Order: sequence, then C-alpha cells, then structure tokens
Amino acid sequence: MTTDQKRMSLLPALQVLADWRTDEIVVTTMGSAREWPKLSRHPLDFQYIPSAMGHAPALALGLALARPDRRVLAFNGDGCTLMSLGSLVTIAASGATNLSLVVLNNGIYEVTGGQATAAAGVPTDFAALARAAGIRSVAAFDDLNEWQRQAATVLAMPGPRFVSLAVEPVVTGYQLPVPTPMIEQIVNFRCALGV
Amino acid sequence: MLTGPEIASTLAELGVTHVVWIPDSTLGGWEAALAQSAALRLVRVCREGEAWAIAAGLHLGGSRPIVVIQNTGLFESGDALRNALFDLGLPLYAIVGYRSYLLPDSTDTARRFTEPVLRAWGLDYVLLDKPVNSAARLAEHYRACQAAVRPGIALLAEGKG
Repeated sequence: MTTDQKRMSLLPALQVLADWRTDEIVVTTMGSAREWPKLSRHPLDFQYIPSAMGHAPALALGLALARPDRRVLAFNGDGCTLMSLGSLVTIAASGATNLSLVVLNNGIYEVTGGQATAAAGVPTDFAALARAAGIRSVAAFDDLNEWQRQAATVLAMPGPRFVSLAVEPVVTGYQLPVPTPMIEQIVNFRCALGV
Repeated sequence: MLTGPEIASTLAELGVTHVVWIPDSTLGGWEAALAQSAALRLVRVCREGEAWAIAAGLHLGGSRPIVVIQNTGLFESGDALRNALFDLGLPLYAIVGYRSYLLPDSTDTARRFTEPVLRAWGLDYVLLDKPVNSAARLAEHYRACQAAVRPGIALLAEGKG
C-alpha cells in the first residue's frame, strides 16, 4: 500500500459487516479482534488470540469445511496475509463456498507499534493477488459509502469470497486486546455450534 | 511401511474425516487412496503451518482431522503447531514422514533434530519403523491420544524423502 492510498476508518468499515451479519461464524485476529467486540458480542464470534500469525484464514477455512451448513466470515490483516499468501490458493482450491475472507489493509503491523510491512511503499494489490490465486469472487473498497452500498452484493457472490478494505490504522490502539481465555472461549464457541 | 489403501482404511476406521497434507515422496504414494476414500476428504495446503490451523478449525467445528506432513514441514510449521496444540489446547494428531531415518549413516539434519524437537515440545509420539503391524500401532497410538485428549504424532520411518 502506498502512502497516498485512500482509506476508510476501521470501525465504520467493520460496522457494515456487523450490520450485515446474522448467524455467521466470525473469526477475528490482531486488530480486528480488538475492534470487532466493540460492535458484536455473538456466541459465534471466535477471537483468535493468541494466534499463529498469518493463519486466521486457515483456521476459518477449517471451520468452513467442518460446517458447510454455516457461513464463515474471517478477518485478516495485510501483514498477516503477507505471512501466508499460499492460503489464498488453499482457499481457492478448497471449494469452501461458505467462506468469506476480509483483509483489513492498513499497510502496517499495527499491534506491534505501527511498523511498515514489506509491502509498504509498494502498490501491492491484495485483490489482484486473491484473483490470481484462483478466488473468483473478489472485491476491493477504499470508500466507505461505496462499501456500504456494495457489501451485501459482494457477500452474496459465489464463495469463497475475498474482500480487501483499505483502512486507516488505529494509532491509539497499538496493542492486542485482552482476549477471553482460550479454553473458555473454545468451550463456549463449540457449545454455540452444537459440537 | 504403509500402503495407500492400508492408511486410508485405517484412518477411516479411526473416524478421521479430513486429511490435511503436504506429501513427500513416501507419503505421496498414498494420494490416490486418500483422494478416492469415501470416508476421507483430502485437503491440500501450500505450507505446513496452514495444515495445523486448518486442522484446528476442523476440530473446533466438530470434524476429526489428521495432519500428514514430512519432518521438514514439522520444523517449518512450529509456530502453528505451538498455537494449535498448546495455546488452543487441541488434541490434534499428525503422521510425520521421518526423512532419512532408514539410512543409519545419514547426516541429514532433518533426521538428527526430529525426535529431540518432539521431546522438547513434550509431544507423545510413536515410531513406525517396521513394515509389520504399522497400521495397528498407528491406530493404537491414535486411540490412546484421543482417549487422553492429548495431541500425538506418528513418525513414519523413511529413506531419503
């Protein structure tokens, strides 16, 4: 992402998805795990913290494959995405039509203090990467009004879906959230899934 | 050590639902049988770290996955393994190709570090190094780990992978 990239504020961009969401499984990690709970407290929210950085989409793919009866929405950062670009191919090849991956692209490693990613200053096009990986339903937004208008349509496209949202860093939020203890979270989450 | 049909039928009998894998030249011989099994779904990944995270998601969703990778991939995927098995505390199981184990004079560092790394992580593992009873030993170890709700590894002895 280049420095002159137009960007949305993060929370309103997430609010669009919170308004759209009904009973989907939602996997958050890093910055999204800090911000999403401000908008949602749902038993099918899985706050993937502590995580293996870069692997939230893979964990979400596993959920999508295990539960084809449910739609799965996964958030990932751009730094996380860069750590496992191959996951885009794995997702494309998986046939998981119930999976949507939303990349929140702010151009930095936010939770470690705002350092630049390897893509800083480079016009890395995450939507193009997803498309080239074989994901057919791909969209990118940098304008909140356009994202609000198009979100429902984009999320109804054949899955798996990939959405890149250019968002502003949350400078005051340079830290990870304090998560619900993982064991407790897993018990509650699996209970909500009926597992 | 184990043929494709043997491993496919063994995993199916154990109730495994998904095989998440990257093959090596030994494990790769299982591909046709795994792909054709009506009881198993083969999930191909690009890098081994993905395998642990996908298996974690499958487990959380109620499926019974198994990870199948080479020991080199085990090393590569250390952080994902650490997260899935210890942060999330999931009793995932893996079959790991033990490259060069059958070559006693091998200087392959993948051979040298495999068991020390597993011991450092405190992982329960079984070594399948004989042609006879490998399927039965794998099944026995898998069942024991599942009953104890702990992760486990089956090391499959290989020549050069």
